[in-house]
Amino acid sequence: MFAQSSFLKLVFGRLTFDAFPIHEPILVVTFLGVATGGIAVVGAITYFKLWGYLWREWFTSVDHKRIGVMYMVLGIVMLLRGFADALMMRMQQAMSFGDSQGFLPAHHYDQIFTAHGVIMIFFVAMPLVTGLMNFVVPLQIGARDVSFPFLNNFSFWMTVGGGVLVMMSLFVGEFARTGWLAYPPLSGIAYSPDVGMDYYIWGLQVAGVGTTLSGINLIATIVKLRAPGMLMMRMPVFTWTALCTNILIVASFPVLTAVLVLLSLDRYVGTDFFTNDFGGNPMMYVNLIWIWGHPEVYILVLPVFGIYSEVAATFSGKSLFGYTSMVYATVCITILSYLVWLHHFFTMGSGASVNSFFGITTMIISIPTGAKIFNWLFTMYRGRIRFELPMMWTVAFMLTFVIGGMTGVMLAVPPADFVLHNSLFLVAHFHNVIIGGVVFGVFAGISYWFPKAFGFKLDRFWGLMSFWFWVVGFYFAFMPLYVLGFMGVTRRLRHFDDPSLQIWTFIAAFGAVLIFLGILSFLVQIFVSIRNREALRDLTGDPWNGRTLEWSTSSPPPAYNFAFTPLVHDLDAWWDMKKHGYRRPLEGFKPIHMPRNTGAGVILSAIAVVFGFAMVWYIWWLAALSFVVLVLTAIIHTFNYDRDFYFPKEDVVQAEGERTRLLAAQA
Amino acid sequence: MGRGTRQGYCNPLEYEIVGRPALKRLRTIALLLSACGLLGGCNAVVLSPSGYVALQQRDLLVEATILMLLIIVPVMVTTVVFAWRYRQSNSAAVYEPDWNHSTYLELMIWSLPLLIIICLGAITWASTHLLDPYRPLSQISADQPVPEDTRPLRVDVVALDWKWLFIYPDYGIATVNDLAAPINQPIEFRITSSSVMNSFYIPALAGQIYAMPAMQTQLRAVINRPGVYEGFSANYSGAGFSGMHFTFRGVSDDDFKSWVAEAKAQGTGLDRAAYLTLERPSEDEPVHRYSSVDPTLFKAIVELCVEPSKMCMSEMSAIDAKGGLGITGSANLMPFEYDKYARRGAVFGVEPSYVASLCTPDEPTGSKPDAPFSAVPDPAPARLVGAGLRLPSFTPLPPTSGPSALRIAFRRSGS
Repeated sequence: MFAQSSFLKLVFGRLTFDAFPIHEPILVVTFLGVATGGIAVVGAITYFKLWGYLWREWFTSVDHKRIGVMYMVLGIVMLLRGFADALMMRMQQAMSFGDSQGFLPAHHYDQIFTAHGVIMIFFVAMPLVTGLMNFVVPLQIGARDVSFPFLNNFSFWMTVGGGVLVMMSLFVGEFARTGWLAYPPLSGIAYSPDVGMDYYIWGLQVAGVGTTLSGINLIATIVKLRAPGMLMMRMPVFTWTALCTNILIVASFPVLTAVLVLLSLDRYVGTDFFTNDFGGNPMMYVNLIWIWGHPEVYILVLPVFGIYSEVAATFSGKSLFGYTSMVYATVCITILSYLVWLHHFFTMGSGASVNSFFGITTMIISIPTGAKIFNWLFTMYRGRIRFELPMMWTVAFMLTFVIGGMTGVMLAVPPADFVLHNSLFLVAHFHNVIIGGVVFGVFAGISYWFPKAFGFKLDRFWGLMSFWFWVVGFYFAFMPLYVLGFMGVTRRLRHFDDPSLQIWTFIAAFGAVLIFLGILSFLVQIFVSIRNREALRDLTGDPWNGRTLEWSTSSPPPAYNFAFTPLVHDLDAWWDMKKHGYRRPLEGFKPIHMPRNTGAGVILSAIAVVFGFAMVWYIWWLAALSFVVLVLTAIIHTFNYDRDFYFPKEDVVQAEGERTRLLAAQA
Repeated sequence: MGRGTRQGYCNPLEYEIVGRPALKRLRTIALLLSACGLLGGCNAVVLSPSGYVALQQRDLLVEATILMLLIIVPVMVTTVVFAWRYRQSNSAAVYEPDWNHSTYLELMIWSLPLLIIICLGAITWASTHLLDPYRPLSQISADQPVPEDTRPLRVDVVALDWKWLFIYPDYGIATVNDLAAPINQPIEFRITSSSVMNSFYIPALAGQIYAMPAMQTQLRAVINRPGVYEGFSANYSGAGFSGMHFTFRGVSDDDFKSWVAEAKAQGTGLDRAAYLTLERPSEDEPVHRYSSVDPTLFKAIVELCVEPSKMCMSEMSAIDAKGGLGITGSANLMPFEYDKYARRGAVFGVEPSYVASLCTPDEPTGSKPDAPFSAVPDPAPARLVGAGLRLPSFTPLPPTSGPSALRIAFRRSGS
């Protein structure tokens, strides 16, 4: 018996049948739902014989456009999971008063709020923002792809791998119960001995590889692959913000990796970096994680500032007001975002001078941010504003974000932060900037660039439904939390004693339901648009009368983006070309040198997932094996010399001829 | 903002959201809410606190908000006006597609926020120093300085899993989840935690400060209105977090005396053994009181040496400062017997152990009980604390026992 159990332990580590939550009805029902849905999707793909197509054209694709689209799909799928967590939290907080304990025990509820934060930041906001940058940046700078196309594919699959590990924790074992930043000592082995924290660590480490590499890739792309004539100060603002964002990623994600390595060492080999005993100090973790965490906020919000800039200029029919100051504001924010991390823990007991320094640097960030708001405002001034969906999101952002900015500056005053820190006011504040800023911006970006990616516009009616549900739902969901914050209610509570608070959590839950309808409307919008794609078709490649280079090519763009690399003479290159009567070249096409698809990214990521899983469950033989295989596979891939090909001239001629015909039919 | 929006939100929505069975109860709640909303206080405690420190923090919040509204409101109005006026269908509006620069406007959009931030920054610098939770109070209310002969009430706070222990060193009593203080007397909290991080917060009294294991933070405050207030942990700390709250009573001097006497009459004392039992995780702990308390207990908790044979951190630092024990130090480890943790030791780590005390059992902390953490000399407190802005009435405490000296000495030994 003993021998058998130690054998099992050798083979399966600490993975036993108890790890499968068959006794938790909520999880069983969820699993059945996910399994049914999964089987349906897999069945449909098999039935329609799509596996080969998906593998050849998408999974192994090194085309930045396809990878961008896959990032968006990942973000939207994970949004459903993250939002399900949000709904459950809102329901619990609306129900759990006085004698009622709600429907979630602490063990489950604490996992849910941790998972909600982790998923929304790492696997929703990050993929959506990265996806948009991936899709748009090479097109905007007149490049044929990113600098390192295979690395791009590998980065995407590593992000997926991290997501897979986090999702796996739902049905095999459990997730962390620590809050989304997992402060030790609570996240240390002494207080979180379960697999949840290890899923957290390995999920983020695997995904972090992808994020960091993707950052390096996009910096190299923007620095090296701009079309001739596109000087730095002629780059579209979105590209500028993407450049700054990726600099932030490359400089800050290694800190996250390092701090998680230190935490892993504490958890796996008994070091004492963040324990209380033997000279460790948990506050070092808190400092380090926020040195990553604060730039992360700007990693999310800077690209959407870029989106708003593009959208505001395009739909106002004007060039962007104050391009130069917009660029400098972006650079200022990039630098300042490293100097504010301590404002996340003024209450740690630092001296007054330290606290005021970080309080004031935080306020200083609001100056360039304010300048940006004014720039968008004056871009609208004396324009001809078309209220298409992207522009509506932009105006909603401008009205909502300033409230979030104001509450943020309130929290930046240290003594005021002492009364609002960790309260629902804080929760309302960061949802105000992340939903009102990042999410609105991503929706603006999706509805703006969707016709470029797929060749047809999104349905306006369902877009409006989604817009209004989201915006109204946001106010219903989070304004009550501001009020509750003033009532001194702290975050992450599972149960309340004071019944007078219930009306507010009720309103917040109602708001969450509205947002849910907003998400559903968005999905319906995609579905309806695909069904009506012929009516919504964009044949010109320039449906919004755009200003930047991505609108100069067809929708969707050919695999090579541009048959000839465009020459840039001014800011808003495409606008400038249109103004000067640009004519597409109709002959002289040449074969185009292109990177070849490869399955290495998928394979490496799958091995990384196995490695992460083995580390989580202490299956040492598998961990060692998968690590060796991972390194070997990476090395073997470097010997694959079949990594490029020439897109044949005849195909270029044919594709460009087709576009000429369509454009002529339009005219 | 909270008070303003309350009446707007309370009533009308109630009917839309709530199903029938809950309707009656919620109607009562809504009525109560709007009633107290009309009275102006309700329970937006952050906006109408009862302690002078929290009151100043509230004022600061209001000032900052008003300063920002100076720019936020015009921006929001202009956004709506521009969006409406320059809509495509309004052909009467001017259209200048190439207008994208104006030096005058650029100057405005950078300098206006800058001016506001300069004001706000000055307020921040001043208020952060004046409301530093480590700074001794100079006023007990806006028009009342601290009387000369007043000694602050000292309370040592320990966040446990998942309850609060309050030790009154001057009275030799301790309580769990029950805190009382006489009104208009400055209170001096020393705060730590036994296991994980928490945050000590009584919204009616003053802002919060973290309670961190093996570290000590401070908070100074005063309660001005008698009443029963809520206090809680404002930092998630594990499964029992939701129930980790306590009552804070602001009482008259006489009531405080009888409250102390009541605790004294309880009979049980809090020695180290009792503390180790109390320290074990428990949820929704009821109030209990201890008639006496080991005077070295709080210091031992901070220094992680409540277990009699464990070496205290200050001693460890002192030994290390002199070069350490070298290889002999590794022989001075003891295996754990008692454990409050869910688990000890990493999978590839060494055997769970602790450093044994070098001192006699009679003197487990290795230093005099009341001495501050003086194991590490305090090199230059003024440089690290920051001179800041001084109140006219502020007199620095003597360097050896002042809060700054204590804080820095402690930081050194704690990190």
